Amino acid sequence: MSGEESTASGAVAGTAAGPLAGVAAQPGVPKPDAILVADGVTRSFGGLRAVDVAHLEVQRGAITALIGPNGAGKTTLFNLLTGFDRPDSGEWSFDGRSLAGRRAHQVARSGMVRTFQLTKALSRMTVLDNMRLGAMGQAGESFWRGLIPPLWAGQEKENTARAMDLLRRFKLDAKCHEYAGSLSGGQRKLLEMARALMAQPTMVMLDEPMAGVNPALTQSLLGHVKELREEGMTVLFVEHDMDMVHDISDWVVVMGQGRVIAEGTPDSVMADPEVIDAYLGKHHDDVATDSSEGDS
Amino acid sequence: MDFLQILSSALQQALGPTMLAYAICAIGLNIHFGYAGLLNFGQAGFAAVAAYGLAISVAYLGLSFWLSLLIGLAGAVVLALLLGVPTLRLRADYLAIVTIAAAEIIRRLGRSTTFSDYTGGSDGTRPIGSFNDSFVALNPFPQGWSLDLGIIRFTRADAWVMLVGWALVAFCLLVMFLAMRSPWGRVLKGIREDEEAVRSLGKNVFSYKMQALVLGGLFGALGGFVFALARDNVQPDTFSTELTFYCYVMLILGGAARLFGPLLGAMLFWFLYNFLVGTLNDLAGLQVLPTWLLTTTKSGPLVYVLMGLGMVLLLIYRPQGILGDKRELSLDVR
Repeated sequence: MSGEESTASGAVAGTAAGPLAGVAAQPGVPKPDAILVADGVTRSFGGLRAVDVAHLEVQRGAITALIGPNGAGKTTLFNLLTGFDRPDSGEWSFDGRSLAGRRAHQVARSGMVRTFQLTKALSRMTVLDNMRLGAMGQAGESFWRGLIPPLWAGQEKENTARAMDLLRRFKLDAKCHEYAGSLSGGQRKLLEMARALMAQPTMVMLDEPMAGVNPALTQSLLGHVKELREEGMTVLFVEHDMDMVHDISDWVVVMGQGRVIAEGTPDSVMADPEVIDAYLGKHHDDVATDSSEGDS
Repeated sequence: MDFLQILSSALQQALGPTMLAYAICAIGLNIHFGYAGLLNFGQAGFAAVAAYGLAISVAYLGLSFWLSLLIGLAGAVVLALLLGVPTLRLRADYLAIVTIAAAEIIRRLGRSTTFSDYTGGSDGTRPIGSFNDSFVALNPFPQGWSLDLGIIRFTRADAWVMLVGWALVAFCLLVMFLAMRSPWGRVLKGIREDEEAVRSLGKNVFSYKMQALVLGGLFGALGGFVFALARDNVQPDTFSTELTFYCYVMLILGGAARLFGPLLGAMLFWFLYNFLVGTLNDLAGLQVLPTWLLTTTKSGPLVYVLMGLGMVLLLIYRPQGILGDKRELSLDVR
């Protein structure tokens, strides 16, 4: 475990955000303003301990990357935190409220909305309907009220306007009446992110947002993720590609074999021997920080 | 062989009470399978529970006709909850297994001699008494009148069942139309596409699936009432798995997740079915085809062979059904 103070000045990454500047680069370090705090979260599949996180805090309003080699437990941790899987033990709170034992839709309603590694565009629905579905608190989503259009038509109009705004931002507005299944892989990623934003979350959890996206779209996706931070949202995302992580994240959490093995600014993490060991195996002398684990 | 006779009797069936009962059950199945993606293979069970609820309440318990209708509907709701609570959190196939088994259990209970004091056993409820006196008494058509549509004619009793049946079809389609264009219907369609995605957007997927199961089951119950009232009898074998599978064929033939799909499918299927039965029976009687292929005893099974062949061809050449949209099927779902 590397207990040394972060020496990264942020000169390279340029994203060593103010509040995180003085935070020590060590696993489980407290953050000045943590929105998500997890304690003792474990999950085993048979004999394999997939997730064993002693303590983890995620800073509010920052972009935090969750990296680690294949099988490190990143997606499993995502599933646990968002209520899509139940942990064997552990407590975690989001925005001051405990989320342990909450089901997935309750987690989403509390303001933590996720996307999926394998994109879940709702294929046989139009792009616009995908978006409208994302809006929270719709009166017409109750059966009886749904039968009487005047009770929800106004809200529907507002949601549609907001959906079109988001679609324009994600350059999908021209496709709004097409089936989501007809979009390209990258466009589906964009749609999924835009749909998550329809829910007006305070924290967005992106599971490999860049996987399988062509390089041109990747840049635009990165731009969108940065915009989320500018709008005050907290972003936690899983990613393999170290270059991309380096580009946009304020803070990096590294997982290996279910545990958090390192934390810090992008530069400090990439120089951390523990991380290099986890990615490349021990006894590897080359500092190859751009080891991309491509399994898109 | 009298071709016009076969044609007119098939046409009569395609507009009559039995088709209407099937159509209403199939509209319910359209909610389950077409919109919510729930694999309910026990629509016959919902129809059976309602039909028995009505018949036993009136004929055995002596309750009023209207109260008995409510009991039948309540039975369908209870069945939906019983089937849904343990299975709707699981993968789709569990609901399929449980519903097909439950429908068969209900039919077997109806057949069993143990309960024949209440159900009448395999011959139906007629021995324990009539249950549709109140319904017959409400018939607005004058005595001796019959519905004459040129080449086909319906009796006064059938015309009354048909009036109610078509009104129920219209009611069910109206509810479907309103529900499926609402945000509620959008959530159901989302669940059909990918329930995890819908869950991630803060919707209580279990609750929506349960609502869909109950609503479609209630439509199945209305279909069961039409079966029962048209025959003044509730026979257990009316509610065999065949009923459910006919409804599926009708739904897929007409176009799943299309408002008018199940109605169009029911009319077309029931017309073709009766047309084939009539034609093959006549051909068998004329003995023009070789006996290895067709005799009077073989005509029944041969109808199923031909219908099955038709179904296979439909799935190959027009899998979206008549009203379906080919684009939807060409999409890579998931």
